[in-house]
Amino acid sequence: MSPLTYMTFLPVVGIVILLFIPRDRHNLIRWTSAFFTGLVLIIGAVTWVNFDPSKTGINQEGGFQFIDHVSWIPAFNIEYFVGADGLSMPMIGLTALLCFLCIFASWGITKAVKGYFIMFLLLEAGMIGTFVALDFFLFYVFWEIMLLPMYFLIGVWGGPRREYAAIKFFLYTFFGSLLMLLVIIAFYLNTRDPVTGAHTFNMLDMMNQGLQGDWLKGGTVRTLMFFGLFIGFAIKIPMVPFHTWLPDAHVEAPTAISVILAGVLLKMGTYGILRISYPMLPDTTMQFAWFIAFMGMVNIIYGAFCALAQKDLKKLVAYSSISHMGIVMLGMASFTPAGINGAVFQMFNHGCVTAMLFLLVGVIYDRAHHRFLVYPKDYPEVELRGKLGFGGLANQMPVYSGIFALAFFAAMGLPGLSAFISEALSFVGAFPTWQTFTIISVFGIIITAGYILWAIQRMFLGTLPDRWKTLSDINGRELFTLIPLAAIIIFLGVFPQPVLHMMDATLNYLNEVVMLGARAAGM
Amino acid sequence: MPFPLTHLVYFSPELILIIGFVVLMIVDVIRPLRRGAGIVALVILGAAAIAAISAWPGTSQTIFATYAHDPFALFFKVFFCLATMVAVLFSLFTFKTDAEYYLLLVGSALGMSLLSGAHDLILLFLAIEMVSIPSYILAGVYRGKRSSGEAALKYVLYGAVSTGVMLFGMSLLYGLTGSTDFEMIRNHFLQESTSPITLFLAMLFIMAGLGYKIAMVPFHFWCPDVYEGAPTPITAFFSVAPKAAGLAALLRLTVTLLPEGWEAGWDWPVMFTLASAATMTLGNLAAIRQQNLKRLLAYSSIAHAGYILMGFAAACFLGFQAVLFYLVVYLFMNFGAFFAVDIVARKEGSETLRDFRGLGYRAPFTAVVFAIFLFSLVGLPPLAGFIGKFYLFAALIQQHMIPLAIIGILNSGVSLWYYVKIVREMFLRDPLKSEPIPEGVGTKLLLLFLVVPIVVMGVYWSPIIAIAGEAFKLVAP
Repeated sequence: MSPLTYMTFLPVVGIVILLFIPRDRHNLIRWTSAFFTGLVLIIGAVTWVNFDPSKTGINQEGGFQFIDHVSWIPAFNIEYFVGADGLSMPMIGLTALLCFLCIFASWGITKAVKGYFIMFLLLEAGMIGTFVALDFFLFYVFWEIMLLPMYFLIGVWGGPRREYAAIKFFLYTFFGSLLMLLVIIAFYLNTRDPVTGAHTFNMLDMMNQGLQGDWLKGGTVRTLMFFGLFIGFAIKIPMVPFHTWLPDAHVEAPTAISVILAGVLLKMGTYGILRISYPMLPDTTMQFAWFIAFMGMVNIIYGAFCALAQKDLKKLVAYSSISHMGIVMLGMASFTPAGINGAVFQMFNHGCVTAMLFLLVGVIYDRAHHRFLVYPKDYPEVELRGKLGFGGLANQMPVYSGIFALAFFAAMGLPGLSAFISEALSFVGAFPTWQTFTIISVFGIIITAGYILWAIQRMFLGTLPDRWKTLSDINGRELFTLIPLAAIIIFLGVFPQPVLHMMDATLNYLNEVVMLGARAAGM
Repeated sequence: MPFPLTHLVYFSPELILIIGFVVLMIVDVIRPLRRGAGIVALVILGAAAIAAISAWPGTSQTIFATYAHDPFALFFKVFFCLATMVAVLFSLFTFKTDAEYYLLLVGSALGMSLLSGAHDLILLFLAIEMVSIPSYILAGVYRGKRSSGEAALKYVLYGAVSTGVMLFGMSLLYGLTGSTDFEMIRNHFLQESTSPITLFLAMLFIMAGLGYKIAMVPFHFWCPDVYEGAPTPITAFFSVAPKAAGLAALLRLTVTLLPEGWEAGWDWPVMFTLASAATMTLGNLAAIRQQNLKRLLAYSSIAHAGYILMGFAAACFLGFQAVLFYLVVYLFMNFGAFFAVDIVARKEGSETLRDFRGLGYRAPFTAVVFAIFLFSLVGLPPLAGFIGKFYLFAALIQQHMIPLAIIGILNSGVSLWYYVKIVREMFLRDPLKSEPIPEGVGTKLLLLFLVVPIVVMGVYWSPIIAIAGEAFKLVAP
């Protein structure tokens, strides 16, 4: 069996074991979850090391690695088909790492501990499953499995407006995935297995334009199919104007869940577009590439301006995610090797950087029980309204402030840190294709610098108010969750080759597939 | 035509039910046996189900010249016996002593079994009455309770009108074709031209009568009141069994009388498209504002009838296969949802949304299982409700009926809102009272019996979909 199968289903085994642990044995529950996510991480690391970067994947089964391919529902040609290529491997690694770290970030959860960790493990199974699935039905099942635990994790363990945030997240993503379901069925009914001639859910067959039926060739149908998929994915990214669930969900979600949400779930959107829309509908994708690039630009600028206006630190980080995902969209819509590589590398880096930021926000929130940069005008304590929430924390919590500054600088794209390389690659790649969009987008970086430096100034510099003189600095458990991410960010900032090398063959091939497909369709 | 007595063998499930009906009458008279009436009913229904299964796949001929003995009828006989068994099991938690109650359930099962095989307008009508009359009494079985009486009365009044209308439609059909036998009517249509207007009226009236059983919009008005007023086990039974019976009759009638592509006067795919869109949209929109859970589930069951009608609208093999598969899934999830409601209602005395607040902390097992039923009703993978919807949508897309598919999608999205409202109440809010709600072993077992198929069929449904495909074989050519 493929290690990917183990990675997907080990969390499920963990759930079964958790079910038999009495609900008041909190530490046992935590360590069991840590054990299983750790196991997944170890298998992930071994897989990562054994990964052969020269294989290209995308639309050839031979190009995939760690394949499991067995029949599931023979009558309808539904298969259990998983595998990894250069596009999915970095995402799988990122997921395994963040899930393991987030177990430790969840140590402070005391309400219904058992339920929390069961939901968490279910979420991990769904996420890894989505990244490894190569059968469209299987992909959809995993895609939907993520919704339920996320709903509960936000809804039960979230902040004061958790009910609203949870249902909003659920409704948005559910609508998106239902549209996707229609497209999946349409693909299924119009694709035939080359060997048996039966309809098939095999994604690789669907990518073979020669196997697509005549109905699928119509321009209107293809446009509808493209947007059916695209809206489903755009909600996850989240693309403006489908982004409004994100700030709500982030603000209310517990720290670890914000990390997963921003670090992994947002990538599902862009991953889906690259994995599915690009090779299956290359001509339509090419036709609407300007739209993806344009919306990427809108995301960058709009997200950055919104972040600039935020008084809540967590909301600031949430909007910065919207802005940074815009860079991914811009880069991948360029159809240049640099652009696509930069986009996927940006997905990976943003996962690490934003995870750090959310973890750090969680650290200060646990101590101060608020996270306002500036107290809002309707704050209950009248004398605090409009005043700075923190200030001078660098004196009180030096280690914390240092790590926070590192993460902030990484988000800003400071050279020497990983995000710089991916952002630069994305912009360099995008420039030849979308000059105007890229030029405007780059201004987003300036705004980013603005909100980040301003936040640093308001939080860490200046004088420390008396009420924060009792705050303790970051503790060992928190450091344990942050150090690996910081190390990755610095390492990849200096030496990005390990990740870039892992994906470039696959992504260049993907680029070619789309170009060829579009050319064959007469574009 | 002579009726060879050997044909009685093919009638064995019905014979068992008839004998069982008589046995239950006797049990009702003998006081010490009365307490065991539920068990007796279970044995009878189980025996009838086994008889139907062992006859599978039938002889595909008409017996007594009016009665089809085909996989379709046998499938539904097993389905009705199973549904009635679940209803009996469910009732054992509520009604301890009323033998006549179980008697009526068995009678209703007999009527539905006859309905599934009816191949003649007269028999069809009689079978529908055989289902309806016990149902009227069952709705009012809480003798002291006003709402139960009101439910029964409403059910009777609406039922009487709609059967009258249907009978009128049947007589028109008889007038058009000179026969009550399905096959003769079909042959008449195939060979001679008919007045389209008369045919339209005849079929519209028949559809109204069966639509009443299905709670198809606009013949659904009785449904929420009756569901709310009737005892919960009966409500659950109504929402599954007679609805399925109506769908079965409608399916056989449509497919047998009017072969595909035969659209003079009665373009049934279009009619079903309209009915489906209206039924699911109204059901879902009305469910949003409901506070009483029985009423909410009543509207939800209207919506599900609309989803099922999507399979009719698609008018293809995949569509009808999807209908049969969906019904099987629907049996488990709808009974399950009503049973979970009843567990809380028995303790709290009512079933408003507030009574479910914090159920996840008061009765964790029930709450989790209830949530699974609800998510299955929404159609989330990996639960069986998703697979059912998947096939319905697949049928629509195969026929390129994209607008109806989009309406279905939007409806599913809307339905998420009110189902999740219940989940929110159970898990996201703290309980108003801390005392736990008792979940006995029996309760848990029945919940498990209903939830395990939902989960298993969500992951592995090959056998059931294969049976559903096999079952869509009707006597008619």
